[in-house]
Amino acid sequence: MPELSPAAGQTTLDLESLAAEVVAQAMKAGASDAEAVVREGDEFSVNVRMGEVETLKESGSRGLGLRVFLGSSAVAGTRSASTSTSDLTPDGIRQLVEGAMALAKVTEEDPFAGLPETADFGSVSDDLHLYYDDVYSLAGPERIEWARRCEAAALAADPRITNSDGGSFDAATGRKVLANSRGFVGGYRTSYAGVSAAPLAMDSNGQMQRDGWWSGARRLADLDSPEAVGSEAARRALRRLGARKVPTQRVPIVFAPEVARSLIGSVFEAASGDSIWRHASFLAGKLGVAIAAPSITIVDDNLMLLPAGAGGFGSSPFDGEGLPSRRTVVVQNGTLQTYLLNTYAARKLGLKSTHNASRGLAGTPGIGCGNLYLEPGALTPEEIIAGVPGGLYVTSLMGFGTNLVTGDYSRGATGLMIENGQLTHAVEEVTIAGNLAEMLMNVSAIGNDLVFRGSVASPTLRIDGMTIAGA
Amino acid sequence: MNQAAPSPNAGHKRYFFQKFAITERLLERCLGEALDRGGDYADLYFESVTATALGVDEQIVKSASQGTSAGCGIRVLSGERTGYAYTDNLSPERLLHAARTAALIASGPAKQTVQGFVETPGADLYPVPLGGFSLDLADRLELILRMDRAARAFSPAIVQVRASYSEELRRILIAASDGAFASDTQPLCRLGVFVIAKQGALTTRGSAGGGGRAGLEQFTGSKSPETLAQEAARGAILQLGAVPAPAGEMEVVLGPGWPGILLHEAVGHGLEADFNRKGTSAFTGLIGQSVASSKVTVVDNGTIAGRRGSLNVDDEGSSTQETVLIENGVLRGYLTDKLSARLTGATNTGSGRRESYQSIPMPRMTNTYMLAGDDDPADILRSVKRGLYAVNFGGGQVDITNGKFVFSASEAYLIEDGKITAPVRDATLIGNGPEALKYVSMVGHDLKMDEGIGTCGKDGQSVPVGVGMPTIKLDKMTVGGTGR
Repeated sequence: MPELSPAAGQTTLDLESLAAEVVAQAMKAGASDAEAVVREGDEFSVNVRMGEVETLKESGSRGLGLRVFLGSSAVAGTRSASTSTSDLTPDGIRQLVEGAMALAKVTEEDPFAGLPETADFGSVSDDLHLYYDDVYSLAGPERIEWARRCEAAALAADPRITNSDGGSFDAATGRKVLANSRGFVGGYRTSYAGVSAAPLAMDSNGQMQRDGWWSGARRLADLDSPEAVGSEAARRALRRLGARKVPTQRVPIVFAPEVARSLIGSVFEAASGDSIWRHASFLAGKLGVAIAAPSITIVDDNLMLLPAGAGGFGSSPFDGEGLPSRRTVVVQNGTLQTYLLNTYAARKLGLKSTHNASRGLAGTPGIGCGNLYLEPGALTPEEIIAGVPGGLYVTSLMGFGTNLVTGDYSRGATGLMIENGQLTHAVEEVTIAGNLAEMLMNVSAIGNDLVFRGSVASPTLRIDGMTIAGA
Repeated sequence: MNQAAPSPNAGHKRYFFQKFAITERLLERCLGEALDRGGDYADLYFESVTATALGVDEQIVKSASQGTSAGCGIRVLSGERTGYAYTDNLSPERLLHAARTAALIASGPAKQTVQGFVETPGADLYPVPLGGFSLDLADRLELILRMDRAARAFSPAIVQVRASYSEELRRILIAASDGAFASDTQPLCRLGVFVIAKQGALTTRGSAGGGGRAGLEQFTGSKSPETLAQEAARGAILQLGAVPAPAGEMEVVLGPGWPGILLHEAVGHGLEADFNRKGTSAFTGLIGQSVASSKVTVVDNGTIAGRRGSLNVDDEGSSTQETVLIENGVLRGYLTDKLSARLTGATNTGSGRRESYQSIPMPRMTNTYMLAGDDDPADILRSVKRGLYAVNFGGGQVDITNGKFVFSASEAYLIEDGKITAPVRDATLIGNGPEALKYVSMVGHDLKMDEGIGTCGKDGQSVPVGVGMPTIKLDKMTVGGTGR
């Protein structure tokens, strides 16, 4: 078994000072405003397949991004451009600044572009429990052992589990820093650990099915055991065996939490200000209007703690423009309460930012969610299924068939048939189709099973009126 | 270094040697460290990328961005095991540290030595470089401003236009312990346009794009800014009058070009050797067997000049080639990289690709297409009693293990009694990879490659690819609409 040293700390460099220095250099070069981001991260991953280490990866990297503004007058607006680099030497930074200034000159004034107003920055929460150093506390051989145990549990679950894409263990830590010329400087660290398995099941006809399961957490101590993850992965692969196509029909669809969350993600995207001011959303013009069944409340909470006490996967002290994170009710009892906005989209729509700016290293800020979820209802998933005389329980979706402009929705689906309130046989090679605007109105049951496995979460949902296309 | 004749690679190599003070001695030292724990093979992958993007939105040049990144990924193979480490600091100390980290995949005394470097003969499939990256971007801006104007001029119903240009210059240098040595400079650029059409309460979208590994001169004809803009606008306006797509199994005719995404999803991924080596693909063990109608021949070809999916060398330093995947309906071969070729005894097809120096290479497609047949496209449409004619698509996806794949039609029409009738709303098509192409009953003589817009994702790694196809008819496929 290989010996591994603990992840080497990349640097002792003060990233806040670096970001502030880059902003200062841009201002000195003639920018009317500037904003710098620094990212630093390291990752470890190991995949064990059929009991043997297959891949092992360990590394770190850093990057620096700069956005500059060249304002001419308050009326005409400002030009802007952005640059990014992995070269953090003085020479690299000089080129970053010069490049951004030169690029900004080829752009044109946009009256809505610019940093947030100084008064809006406010104070940010100091500890959202986003970082735990225990993610790297396992010694190298133990990390491999976790991956091996996870796969082994899947392989041992049933004789029909005959093959595997492996078990894995991942750990990562990162640091993000943002500084701008309006006086904001902030930074935070994050950590993540995960364990997963992807077994294959084969039935007596030679039909193969693959599925998987994972547990992820900001703190190693919060992970599910590798054995629990492996056996759940096996259960999921096994229940797909015997899958067949079913006839084309219009029946209720029950979305399992792991697929229901993609619907909530689509609502967020459709309510994003960039889609709204472009008229590129079926939710444009629907502010204050009932867009979903009265039972539906959707919240984006960027400050949330998970039940175990660690910060949510989407939590952060400030957004991609430095505005303090907050909790936003997006849909309340079916009514669209707000669009999701960064500073630019807010100005385009004559509104205030909801502090949902997302920012990578390069480019202008986008709009992103924090911890986005649909509030749970009272029914257990079993009760929801029991209430369906005939329908489809969907456990995975394929493809990109979601048109947010028209709301048209058509995706490949895999799952289990529901007959007389019971799950009967596995289903594959069908699509489910409808229109998101109608689907939101047709949510007829909401489960009590809200669990955050990522930054977007939903309980089980039943939606009526959709079409299954099959044989 | 053995070098028979001056090669175009000299310039690519010089870039790394000069800019990052890389020497052959350092490469050998790093490979030596990487093999020091008993690995069978090691390679170094240096990458330096500059990417530039420009955007016009609401007739304003709103965005301009440029990013550079450089780094090195070091891989060590030991049996079926892969150790990997990367660094964005190319100092000798950090490179050697990364080599020692990757080396830990093996445990034992060193058993392999580093062979003398032999340069891979370089193909010359694209101009190098793309006019450099001076900040004089006027030519590029003019292209997107022309797209913006043409889309707006198409119809007063076009209410929003966003036009973008992106280009990337990627330089790579690969040195491996088996003596493989290669370098390349890979240009890639692309125009894209997205529009919104509005009529009464109806709003629809349309988009188009094109590009490849060539300079700005490629943006003429079917890739001219005006043609792309009109395509996007036409698509959006067409959708204003679209009826619900039908639901269920029916005859499906796919138009030429980008609908070749069918091949990428239905068979391409399933034929990547890593899945087959592990027995996790629905195509495992099917070499020599019939997986398609006898009219179907599918190839993957990384050697077409100027195309988005083409490469002079793959990301392991091997020459790319044309690989026959399916010949007259019979499965002929898989796409392999060094690891899968060594483990299965197959020939390396030069299909080892990776997203960046941070990523482990694996078998990937380049340009995947079906060869032309004899049928007249008009006859193909005439032969359909009731079905769907799909000419443009969004993305697709496949489950390698059970073979089920989807791809989403963004422009499609009903066919009734041999005639194209109403346009239909977006719908996903679904099928089973090892079965779907058995229903191909007609193949047109109009093979066309896509306009250069494809990006393929696998295990979280994105790489540019191409697809192509003539007009084809499938006697049976499931269309995922809501209509009757």
